[in-house]
Amino acid sequence: MEKNPMRRQLAIMRQALFDQGYLDEQFIQLEELQDDANPNFVEEVVTSYYRDSARLILKIEQALERKPFDFNKLDGYMHQFKGSSSSIGAKKVKAESTLFREHCNSGNGEGCVRAFQQLKQEYATLKKKLEAYFQLARQAGPMETACRPK
Amino acid sequence: MVLGKGASSSLSMNKVDGAEEMVDNSNNFTVLVADDDPLIQKLHEMHLKKFGLKVQVVENGKKAVDLCHFGATFNLILIDKEMPVMDGAEATKELQAMGVNSLIVGVTSRDSPYEKQAFMEAGLDYCFEKPLTADKINFLLQELNKNN
Repeated sequence: MEKNPMRRQLAIMRQALFDQGYLDEQFIQLEELQDDANPNFVEEVVTSYYRDSARLILKIEQALERKPFDFNKLDGYMHQFKGSSSSIGAKKVKAESTLFREHCNSGNGEGCVRAFQQLKQEYATLKKKLEAYFQLARQAGPMETACRPK
Repeated sequence: MVLGKGASSSLSMNKVDGAEEMVDNSNNFTVLVADDDPLIQKLHEMHLKKFGLKVQVVENGKKAVDLCHFGATFNLILIDKEMPVMDGAEATKELQAMGVNSLIVGVTSRDSPYEKQAFMEAGLDYCFEKPLTADKINFLLQELNKNN
C-alpha cells in the first residue's frame, strides 16, 4: 500500500483505468519495459501512439466523406489503427475498432459511421485520462515496479 | 495464439514452480524486426533488448531481404505481414529461397486463422498475433537455444 498520498492517488487512478475497461494487460507489458534507463517509456509510447494514429483517424474521416464507401480501404486503415491501439492496451478503443471492421465486412456504411463516432469518443477520453495520469506520475516521482491490477 | 510448422496447438511454456522459466540469453542472439509501424518497431525493440537481444529494425520486407542478401545474418527475423514495398509473405518467400538460416516468425494483427495460415504457408516457422509479449519472446528464446 502506498504511503505517499500522491503515489496513492496515482495507484487509484491507474487501477480505475483497468477497472473501467480503458486499459488491458498490454499496458502492463509496457510498464514492465520501463526502467531507469527509460524512465518515461510508457508516456513516450503513448505519446507516439496518439501522434501516429491521428494521421490514421484523419484518413478514415476523409474516406468516410467519399461515397460510395470503399470498405476495403476503410478496413485497411482500421486494421492498422487497431494494431497500434492493441499495442498500448487501449481496450475500449480496440473494441470499437473491431466493431467498425465488422461493419466494413458486412458493407454497413451507417454502422461504420456510428462506430467511428464512438471510437473517436473513446480515443479522446482515453487520451485525457492518460494525460492526467502521466502528469500526476511526473509529480509523484519514479515508481519502483509495475504491478498487476487487483 | 501461436501457429507453428505442422502444429495448431497453443503456446506451451516451461513452468518451474508455477512461474515461467526465464531463458538466459547468453548466446548473443541477433534479431531483425521488419514492421512499418514506428510504434510497433519501438515496442518490439524494447521488448527484445530487455532480453539482451541485439536488434535491428527495418520498415519493409524489401529492406529485410536486401540486408540478408548483402550478407547480414540474424538468428531470428520477426516480420509483419502488411508492409509497403514488399509485404511479409513475399519477403518470407524470398528469404526462404535465399536459404536464410534464421528462425522466421510472423507477427501480425490479422486475427483470422485463415489469414495466419496463409502467412505461415509463405514459409514462416511460427506466426504470432500482435502484440509481442514477454511470453512469446521467452518461447522464441527457448527455440533458439534448442537450435543452437
